[in-house]
Amino acid sequence: MPEDTPIAVTGLNHWFGIGEARKQAIYDVNLQVKRGSLTVLVGPSGSGKTTVLTLMGCLRDLQDGSVRLLGHELKGADRALNEALRRRLGFIFQAHNLHGSLTALQNVLMGLQVHGLTDRKTQEAAARHALSLVGLADRMDYLPGNLSGGQKQRVAVARAFVGNPEVIFADEPTAALDSESGMIVVKMLKKLGQLRGTTTVMVTHDNRILEMADRIVTLEDGRIVRDTAPFDPLSSAKPAP
Amino acid sequence: MSRLLQWLFGRLPIGWLQLTHSRTRFAAALSGVAFANVLVFVQLGIMNSMATATLKPYGFFQADIMISASDANSMTEGGNVARQWLFQALADPEVTGGTGLYVANVSWARPTKTLSLTTYGIDPTLPEFLSSAMASKTGTLQLQNAGILDMFSRGLAREEAAAIRPQTPTSFEVSGTTLTLYDTFQGGGGFGGDGFMMVSDQTFLTLFPARRSAAPDHILLQIAPGADPEAVAARLRDLISDKTLRIRSYAQAAAEDLSYQQTRRPTGIIFGFGVIIGILVGIVIVYQVLSTDVADHLSEYATFKAMGYPQRFFLGIVFEEALILAILGFIPGFIVANGLLVGMKKATTLPLAMTADMAGMVFVGTLIACTISGAIATRRLAAADPADLF
Repeated sequence: MPEDTPIAVTGLNHWFGIGEARKQAIYDVNLQVKRGSLTVLVGPSGSGKTTVLTLMGCLRDLQDGSVRLLGHELKGADRALNEALRRRLGFIFQAHNLHGSLTALQNVLMGLQVHGLTDRKTQEAAARHALSLVGLADRMDYLPGNLSGGQKQRVAVARAFVGNPEVIFADEPTAALDSESGMIVVKMLKKLGQLRGTTTVMVTHDNRILEMADRIVTLEDGRIVRDTAPFDPLSSAKPAP
Repeated sequence: MSRLLQWLFGRLPIGWLQLTHSRTRFAAALSGVAFANVLVFVQLGIMNSMATATLKPYGFFQADIMISASDANSMTEGGNVARQWLFQALADPEVTGGTGLYVANVSWARPTKTLSLTTYGIDPTLPEFLSSAMASKTGTLQLQNAGILDMFSRGLAREEAAAIRPQTPTSFEVSGTTLTLYDTFQGGGGFGGDGFMMVSDQTFLTLFPARRSAAPDHILLQIAPGADPEAVAARLRDLISDKTLRIRSYAQAAAEDLSYQQTRRPTGIIFGFGVIIGILVGIVIVYQVLSTDVADHLSEYATFKAMGYPQRFFLGIVFEEALILAILGFIPGFIVANGLLVGMKKATTLPLAMTADMAGMVFVGTLIACTISGAIATRRLAAADPADLF
């Protein structure tokens, strides 16, 4: 059911390179993510976490296997479907990727304008509210060049959730943040799951986050080697559903 | 400006914000577009002035048909035409009159500069072959060795020209003959000479003793009211025995002269190339600016792609930038070119001017050139891959 399982990955394989340089990066990954949950992908560098994240987020074409995202099969999806699905998602990048020519407020507005809304006042009010939630009410008109790394990442977080996405994909969202800011961001994502049912899939090396995760999926060499729910004593020893 | 564009586009004016983010680069880009505009404006101004200067002498006369020698590509070039063809042409029932037109250059050696005057010899007893402004001044031409001078001749001070009146004529020597100027008319320096002068056919033959009255440079004909000059010219081509002659309507002769000046004479071709080079320079400059801008913002564009923005959004940004560069680059280009044309007109007395047609044409051309540059630059957008962001 797409309502309960916004992401369903089945038999996912992926290769990089061509010819003799072709190398398999993902091996038979199967994963179902529950609505409103905070799922964390962990593993050593090169284990395939980010590749799985981009495949689930329809940022990369599927080669083998199946990913159903919000009820739509991504294998063979055309550009229009990909774009339509992406508008229902939120992305937080490690490098924040804010637009350097836009103020914090304008960057957040970009997360709303993609939906084609034309009521500028309502959009601005929503963007201002989102920035207030991440503690940047006094930095709205600052260009990214005048913000600290942590402040930039908080703007990126506000941009990701301001459009009320159904799923948020985050790649090391707390890497540039101090521990307090990092916890604020993760708590916010967690709260979004509880209040709005927003599903979050996050790649991280930050151990502080693990204790807040609903589920921890560990990848090694392109395979899922562990799948646990930390606060569910019954599921900690076996793969989560 | 940002608010205005946001209202116009219904979205954040990303192109404007990107361009103005680096003010130095933006200023350099606008200077580049303005420079290309100035190039095109100046070349077009010179081409237009060539057209004006070429057609100017045709305005001195009133005729419907012109008979010229086969090699007469312009009013001042080519061999002579036997006067006998004038009489043969008069046999056509719709030809009401004709006259010979003599053309040569006269040098007026002055203390500071020798003026080269394109001189027309006309029959002063037939003022109906002259423009109304000119016809009123032909009285003095009936005097022996008399002339009237172009008041805008290059190298002739305005006060000096204004002083040439029937009561205060001025004289100079031409090949041992004293020529007296009794009046002036409005002409203007061209590319072939410093100005114009009108004399009677008799005076002309005195100044140029080698020329014969039986062999003018052109024959001008007038036809009955309502008659079609093209049809009469076609009949005359059949009627007149010499089939090598160019027998054309007066308007067609002027148009062919202009075409010859612009497309077959080196000056015209050079100025035409100047316009093309200006346009190419503009396209290259705008392309460089836009493609660099796209390359600099690939990660931002990839981010927007990841957020679900469609391809047309990115094309919109690039074209927004192209149009901003076109419009804002045009304004200083127009102002500088206008100043240059005014300065060049003063220095050369050529009929150089910024016309509304020219401004409109260059503005539309700038928009098109910038759009072409933008279209080429959008090819770089394909490199923005959201998967590369992770």
